[in-house]
Amino acid sequence: MFTLTGEELVAIKLSLRVALVATALSLPVGILIALVLARGRFLGRGLLNALVLVPLVLPPVVTGYLLLLTFGRNAPVGRWLADQLGIVFAFHWTGAALASAIMAFPLMVRAIRLSIEAVDRKLEQAAATLGASRLSVFATVTLPLIAPGIFAGAILAFARAMGEFGATITFVSNIPGETQTLPTLVYTFTQVPGGDAAALRLTLISLAISLAAILVSEALAQRVSRRLHAI
Amino acid sequence: MSLEVSAGTHLGEFALDADFKSESRVTAIFGSSGSGKTSVLNVIAGLLRPERGRVAVDGTVLLDTGAGVFVSPHRRRIGYVFQDDRLFPHLSVKGNLTYGRIFAGSSRNHASFEEVIDLLDLGSLLHRGIAALSGGEKQRVAIGRALLSSPRLLLLDEPLSSLDERRKEEVMPFLEKLRDRASMPIVYVSHVLSEIERLAGTVVLMASGRVLAVDDASRVKAKAAELR
Repeated sequence: MFTLTGEELVAIKLSLRVALVATALSLPVGILIALVLARGRFLGRGLLNALVLVPLVLPPVVTGYLLLLTFGRNAPVGRWLADQLGIVFAFHWTGAALASAIMAFPLMVRAIRLSIEAVDRKLEQAAATLGASRLSVFATVTLPLIAPGIFAGAILAFARAMGEFGATITFVSNIPGETQTLPTLVYTFTQVPGGDAAALRLTLISLAISLAAILVSEALAQRVSRRLHAI
Repeated sequence: MSLEVSAGTHLGEFALDADFKSESRVTAIFGSSGSGKTSVLNVIAGLLRPERGRVAVDGTVLLDTGAGVFVSPHRRRIGYVFQDDRLFPHLSVKGNLTYGRIFAGSSRNHASFEEVIDLLDLGSLLHRGIAALSGGEKQRVAIGRALLSSPRLLLLDEPLSSLDERRKEEVMPFLEKLRDRASMPIVYVSHVLSEIERLAGTVVLMASGRVLAVDDASRVKAKAAELR
């Protein structure tokens, strides 16, 4: 009952790789967007915020279909990327990473943004009077203070990416060894007779990963608030 | 030592319109809360950009709206001790003290670390975290941090106001030592006349954003009594 088959191991490893790549590559963008949303005062800020958040409420299948329309083999952007840079998303594990990154992005940005908004800007002013340029202030004061928030956001995004299903299966399908992740394999098992035990095994693994991520993320968030309100 | 400040600006309902010059080692800005004292300090430090104004320290122009000069805060070399200590919570006492030195550059005459530690009696606190300090200790670290950034001018914004009487008496002697030994001019803001009498040469009396008088402490005291 509790031994994993080769097929299941392949799916788990692929899920880990997809989630790791999705999180690592979207993190710098996430920090930048969170900064812009927390600190920026410009026209279109509301729209940017809505765009970041929309994958949370859009049906995942719609997000996946939009990705297919944009990055599919015959879509303009997809073809250009394949011809010019050799990057292919459609029916490829990188497509699963892209779909996961977009679905996880709102959670990541939200966690980082909240930690940036909690930073006392008076500390940044103090750093400036001590000779730190804006970039130095960010590197030596803002970034260390929000670091736990960044970790929390990254862990949450990683867990969300591990669990991505709807957009992934729509965009890159469910190809064993290429795009068959843990959730899409669970789905496969629920569709075939005798797949119950395997589905349950993978479900438990999924549950464990998600719970651990939430616990760590919450603990880090608490650390942020303790650190920022140390008196 | 010379300090020249002129600033006019609107902050919501409040209008600041203050001009003064001082040649003293310690210049005090005195007035009730809401009279614009902190705004003047923020103009000097570059944290507040007034609609019109001019700030010059020992002949170096830091702000001149007429000539389009605005030196950004991190290039002004103005040490600022805030009313709230504003110490960095993620750094130790030593990390806070040495923060400004990283940016101070090597060509300048540094305030010696040992001298500042000795002046403010910080030796036993160096490896502590900020959260473990008392209010008076925090204020001393904040003063040390500002001094160690090798400023051309030191601003002290009611450094005693957040402390109880006992802590005030604990920090006051350090301020007196600072006045006698510091190599840069000091601007000291307070609404407590006794502090100013102990520390300042020239006093700038402020009310509702304007300068009412610039004179020595005893005469400003008389004038303040008159106004009451």
